[in-house]
Amino acid sequence: MSALRVIPCLDVKAGRVVKGVRFNNLADSGDPAALAARYEEEGADELVLLDVSATLEDRKAALGAVRATRAAIGIPLCVGGGVRSAEDAARLLEAGADKVAVNSAALRNPALIQEIAARFGSQCCVLAVDALRAPTDPEAAGARRERLPPDFAAAREIAARALGRPGLVKAVPAGLRAAAAWEAVADAGTLGTGASALGWALAGAELGAGEILLTSIDRDGTGSGYELELVAAAAGILPVPLVASGGAETAEHFLAGARAGAQALLAAGVFHAGRLTIRDLKRSLLAGGLELRPC
Amino acid sequence: MKDDFRKHDETPPRGSAPIAVARTGLANLASVRAAFARLGRETGPSSDPEDFARAPLAVLPGVGAFGPAMETLRATGLDEAVRRRLDRGLPTLAICLGFQLLLEGSEEAPGLAGLALVPGVARRFGAGVRIPQLGWNRVAPEADDGSALVEEGWACFANSYRLDSGDAALARAAGWRPAFSEYGGAFVAALERGPALACQFHPELSGAWGAALLRRWLERADAAVAGGAR
Repeated sequence: MSALRVIPCLDVKAGRVVKGVRFNNLADSGDPAALAARYEEEGADELVLLDVSATLEDRKAALGAVRATRAAIGIPLCVGGGVRSAEDAARLLEAGADKVAVNSAALRNPALIQEIAARFGSQCCVLAVDALRAPTDPEAAGARRERLPPDFAAAREIAARALGRPGLVKAVPAGLRAAAAWEAVADAGTLGTGASALGWALAGAELGAGEILLTSIDRDGTGSGYELELVAAAAGILPVPLVASGGAETAEHFLAGARAGAQALLAAGVFHAGRLTIRDLKRSLLAGGLELRPC
Repeated sequence: MKDDFRKHDETPPRGSAPIAVARTGLANLASVRAAFARLGRETGPSSDPEDFARAPLAVLPGVGAFGPAMETLRATGLDEAVRRRLDRGLPTLAICLGFQLLLEGSEEAPGLAGLALVPGVARRFGAGVRIPQLGWNRVAPEADDGSALVEEGWACFANSYRLDSGDAALARAAGWRPAFSEYGGAFVAALERGPALACQFHPELSGAWGAALLRRWLERADAAVAGGAR
């Protein structure tokens, strides 16, 4: 079987790492390539570069960061952020990404997943799903439904269809399914779509995404651990590998994420701030009986 | 710059003409080229069959789907170039889909013939595993007597199809030494025959272990080129 993967994620803006990364003896803590090389040395199994640039000018600089990072590391590189078309994906792959993650653009145009998967293969196509716990109060939920942006009608529909399929009842606890307990959100978590996050993840895999990168927006940045119910529900229904993201802060959180069924565990702040090194984390996970590539 | 220093002041090793990397269309060549660059070796993309056939060292990379890649090989004449290389035992490295293109065919493109340089057909992973296989898996050569390029270790995979270990006997009979891995059953992780090496995994993405494998392949390939030139 393949090993559990530990994946640090670097947020890049205008080609520079944002959110300080603390490494000893590193002259330039904003250079993504230098940081990526350091993470590989520590035992990272893969690296994610997330381009958080807001302007076109800044986005162009991201290609340079991809090129430089690719030259520096010999582990898989996944790049996401602002991928709106198959051409965007092609540019990133040409610059040296091994996988490209799509998120909001796919929610607006689900066919983008098919297009990227058909052109470059499913193994290149990652669907990033940002999940937010949906309001449980039926009145609030109803009012929200009225205000849902029309852009996401197609995603809502195929997500509902994917979840409604017979055979899933056993895999996902019925309560969660009925409540569509998590909603997929767009534009860096700022915009509700009304699509079930679990349904959308499953639909994405069926459209050709070879991996789902599932982030709990509720947990992201809180340090309170992965949203395990979400991870377990997704792991139960997805036919493709699952990367859990959002909230991991301690080795126990990572261990719990793996036990909930994730094939890969992503984190950012905890590694960057030096609170937990990948080497120490992998040692803990190995001691916990998980199969990993040793550092 | 360190790179310039290396280029000008170090005597290039023998047989260090650029390594020809076949342009099979949409494949990402950057990772392969970067891996060789880190080992101090230059690569050049090649879509000319004559150049590819004559290059001292050549790589058949592969990302994407079997059908379109095979059709590109045919359309460009690279299929014959690969055939010539393997028939003559020239140093050739096939990676991932490149490995599968050497087979007789693939379930991914039923009815379409592969290069048929290695017996067997690529089949989709069976039930019970997540497809594609993405990430790291253990690899072990069949007989670890120290002479195989592929040593025991962890390799990085990204594939939905593979050559089942049950088909390895035919490849063995054709002179290929297999290495195996396990994902819902044993499958062929790599095949080697002299300076020809076909990897289902991505050595260029397999960290230090992968870099060491590429280095061993380069040594064997350079030796074969030097031997052939004598």
